[in-house]
Amino acid sequence: MTQSQTAKSMTLGEAGLAMILAATAFLCLFAAAMALDTAFAFHASLACAASLASVIAIVNRYYERPAALPPQEINGRPNYNLGPIKFSAVMAVFWGIAGFTVGLLIASQLAWPALNFDLPWTSFGRLRPLHTSAVIFAFGGNVLIATSFYVVQKTCRARLAGDLAPWFVVIGYNFFILVAGTGYLLGVTQSKEYAEPEWYADLWLTIVWVTYLLVFLVTLIKRKEPHIFVANWFYLAFIVTIAVLHLGNNPALPVSFLGSKSYIAWGGVQDAMFQWWYGHNAVGFFLTAGFLAIMYYFIPKRAERPIYSYRLSIIHFWALIFLYIWAGPHHLHYTALPDWAQTLGMTFSIMLWMPSWGGMINGLMTLSGAWDKLRTDPVLRMLVVSVAFYGMSTFEGPMMSIKVVNSLSHYTDWTIGHVHSGALGWVGFVSFGALYCMVPWLWNRKGLYSLKLVNWHFWIATIGIVLYISAMWVSGILQGLMWRAYTSLGFLEYSFIETVEAMHPFYIIRAAGGALFLIGALIMAYNLWMTVRVGEVEEPSSAALQPAE
Amino acid sequence: MSFWTRHQIFEKNSIILIAGILAVIAIGGLVEITPLFYLKSTIEVVDGVRPYTPLELAGRNVYVREGCYLCHSQMIRPLRDEVERYGHFSLAAESMYDHPFQWGSKRTGPDLARVGAKYSDDWHVTHLTNPRAIVPQSVMPGYPFLAETEVDVATMAAHLSTSRTVGVPYSDDQIANAVADLKAQADPDNAGVDAFTKRYPKAVARNFDGKPGAPTEMDALIAYLQMLGTLVDFKLYNEKANLR
Repeated sequence: MTQSQTAKSMTLGEAGLAMILAATAFLCLFAAAMALDTAFAFHASLACAASLASVIAIVNRYYERPAALPPQEINGRPNYNLGPIKFSAVMAVFWGIAGFTVGLLIASQLAWPALNFDLPWTSFGRLRPLHTSAVIFAFGGNVLIATSFYVVQKTCRARLAGDLAPWFVVIGYNFFILVAGTGYLLGVTQSKEYAEPEWYADLWLTIVWVTYLLVFLVTLIKRKEPHIFVANWFYLAFIVTIAVLHLGNNPALPVSFLGSKSYIAWGGVQDAMFQWWYGHNAVGFFLTAGFLAIMYYFIPKRAERPIYSYRLSIIHFWALIFLYIWAGPHHLHYTALPDWAQTLGMTFSIMLWMPSWGGMINGLMTLSGAWDKLRTDPVLRMLVVSVAFYGMSTFEGPMMSIKVVNSLSHYTDWTIGHVHSGALGWVGFVSFGALYCMVPWLWNRKGLYSLKLVNWHFWIATIGIVLYISAMWVSGILQGLMWRAYTSLGFLEYSFIETVEAMHPFYIIRAAGGALFLIGALIMAYNLWMTVRVGEVEEPSSAALQPAE
Repeated sequence: MSFWTRHQIFEKNSIILIAGILAVIAIGGLVEITPLFYLKSTIEVVDGVRPYTPLELAGRNVYVREGCYLCHSQMIRPLRDEVERYGHFSLAAESMYDHPFQWGSKRTGPDLARVGAKYSDDWHVTHLTNPRAIVPQSVMPGYPFLAETEVDVATMAAHLSTSRTVGVPYSDDQIANAVADLKAQADPDNAGVDAFTKRYPKAVARNFDGKPGAPTEMDALIAYLQMLGTLVDFKLYNEKANLR
């Protein structure tokens, strides 16, 4: 079938990767047979099966492909590599819905504890990391990988670096999610918040992440544009910093190299500081810098307006990444962490308000001269409202980092509400907006299947967010006040369980809000699916393929 | 040349950009984290804090595995209501052998830093099996399976020696007798109890789950919960010397 003039041979990458994966499959088979616990045996078998499937896929691809690799350019235009992006975009939608569903389940468990079913793998403590990892790392991560691979190609006018490498990144990353997620259900966890995966999942993620960095960096290096576009600064800071944080927070020594359990190198107060240096900057660099990159590309693109101020974006970028890294200790106010560290954390968290709002202004003012589009384009409305939510939660965050405020808010649902105004309002909406933009571009469609459905998604999800965060504000502040309430005789007024009981109505409202958010996401999935299936094909060489300037 | 023109060096060179990013993000982390490893005032000087016994460590691993930290903190803040509700505020020294730390960030349930010796073993067995049997308004999941699962003793010595490598001062003696100590602590009639209490001063050997037979995860978890916050004697603790 694939006749060609030049002799066809396997590239070094194909042969090398196939051989490494074959060796991995053999090692994993051995590890599965020798494993000390069933969870490790299960994961080793999964890795073995995945490695074998990958070897078969690589060999099969070799037989199917023409002798020459895809060209860098066709007729003087970059030959963009869209396959891995499509894969990641589909996975983002899948994991998003999975993560929201688990969120709804655990929210319901807090209102109706019978839903824990008294089984190990359905209890709140195991499902909660599944929810956070599925929405942050699986949904958010796939959105970031997909959009970064898209944006870096378009703004560099260059094909993505590597032949198999981009596929290795997207499939390897999703395999990490699979191992991490099934691990939580089986009780495999480090119990470090947002860094729960055990040592072998962490090692695998390190390999995948370094490859991700290399693909991104080499694509930047071979760019045809003199300047690196703003969005790419943010993507690069996100990728590099996440690598640093992951390595800093996770050094662990396994009890056995054939078992899942490990002990983390750091202990006590140092572990706490490392953890929240990591934890807060997972927010700062994963959930903020990465998604700001989306803002800097997709809002100007969708509004067809240039970024409001290039100089503001320079200040925004450096100030944000410099200040964010200091903010971690505000998670440890009044704890056994030394006061000087707490004070630094608070001070820098308050300062962080400024670059955050600088970024928000830059995003919102990009709409100058195009505000009318908010009436007609629900996708742009979603993107703009996401920036508004970003502004709200980056005001709330510095406020909560003030020690006196924190003494009330810490340990309560207020924190959960704050996280979700950022996660649902900012990260969720900017991701949905990006997916609504990108899916028609990727599958070469003229537009979305239905803008009306986007409108429904927008309003249902917005009502869901409002219910969620207001329920959590009320329950958080209420519980904080009840904990510190005294009677006129000087006794604590409420027992702990009375404060738990008071939370019940708010937990029901919160679950209802989460259900609405999930319904919105299901509408999106249907809309995107129909866009790909029945959408009208776009003629090539349209303006939509031009990079944003 | 203006600042904006100078900045172009970052915009036009990806390696310089990446170096700039690394330099900028390194500062905050280095300033906040490194001193914690050498400033002597970071961890208070106290008597009584010892490494976990093998059974307590196994219990702590159950605590870690089930994600208890997601609803229970182990960090009492020096605020009037917390000190009255839970006891003396937590010291850094009390968690210095914790790998990982389990201070937590949310109190869906109460703080557990000083839950030790607050309730009877029986209370814990009933409560862990079905929390609503004791506290009707509780939203905690039930953990009936803990009583049915035996502690995996085979790797216990490896757990202790791994902990030692990351900084917990277990002695050779303690590592060599890990399995014997684990069994002795769950059975007060065991011949090894005296040797066990010699290796872990003030540790208590009891049949925590109230059932005969091999130690279960219920034994282990309750042994862990019952020692939480009990190691430091605050009557003897020198508050002034550790003021920081």
